Amino acid sequence: MNDGGITALTLNGYLLVSASLFIISIVGILLNRKNVIMLLMCIELMLLAVNTNFIAFSFFLDDITGQVVVFFVLTVAAAEAAIGLAILVVLFRNRDSIDVKELDMLRG
Amino acid sequence: MTFEQLVFYGFAGLTLVAGLSVVSLRNPVHAALALILCFFSTAGLWLLMEAEFLAIALVLVYVGAVMVLFMFVVMMLDINIEETKKGFGKILLVAMILTIPMVVAVGTVMNSNFFKTSSFSYIAREDVNYNNTREIGLKLFTDYILLFEIASLILLVAIIAAIALTLRTSRQTKAPNVDDQVSVRRDDRVKLIDVKE
Repeated sequence: MNDGGITALTLNGYLLVSASLFIISIVGILLNRKNVIMLLMCIELMLLAVNTNFIAFSFFLDDITGQVVVFFVLTVAAAEAAIGLAILVVLFRNRDSIDVKELDMLRG
Repeated sequence: MTFEQLVFYGFAGLTLVAGLSVVSLRNPVHAALALILCFFSTAGLWLLMEAEFLAIALVLVYVGAVMVLFMFVVMMLDINIEETKKGFGKILLVAMILTIPMVVAVGTVMNSNFFKTSSFSYIAREDVNYNNTREIGLKLFTDYILLFEIASLILLVAIIAAIALTLRTSRQTKAPNVDDQVSVRRDDRVKLIDVKE
């Protein structure tokens, strides 16, 4: 650990939390394959884990660029969520279901 | 154990528990609420890493806007929960097996000394007037100004796309059809009549 600093926390702890969160969300994507809304939520969780990673490195390397990247990721994730939910609403109107297995219209 | 460590373990544990319940809860409304809790506790972790601006932005943008949108859609759509429950145990086993390599990889990286070197250790900030928001702004509006403009363009496209996708033209509106108005010709509207006859 560092001497004289105010914090006794290490980079490893934060990386472990974000890696665990990432693995949890991958398990979630595998588990909730029938519900598109749950898939979107798991993707949000994944983005959160990646952002935590970015901020941890930004903090421990004392470089603000990592936080700027997180800012852009948040922007794009918000746009993605808005469009994804809009598509979901249109899908539900047309098909009355959001089960991924029933989305095989293009298979012919 | 210092106070900071206590706060870290509290927020980290809360984040992981909330993440696990997002994944495992069957009711999408409960899962969305757990995700909100997860966002809050992660914002706490970010505050601990002195990323104040982003922590507040996470709460405002995600909890305030994105998750409200999620809750709205979850409650609007009538999802059959019983249907999504089927085959949960079998998939759980497959998912566990598939994630074992990832857990092993993460464990290997964490056990190595790579992230424990002195270059990754925290140095206490000397400057009392350090302002996180100011620093991000300085970086954002100088080095990354082009990316910032592109991000704003992405948001504009998202607004237009979301509205265009979900808009349903109502039969009740009394507005004239613009296409008809533009394509109208003189002969459609004006008829010359010989009045002397």
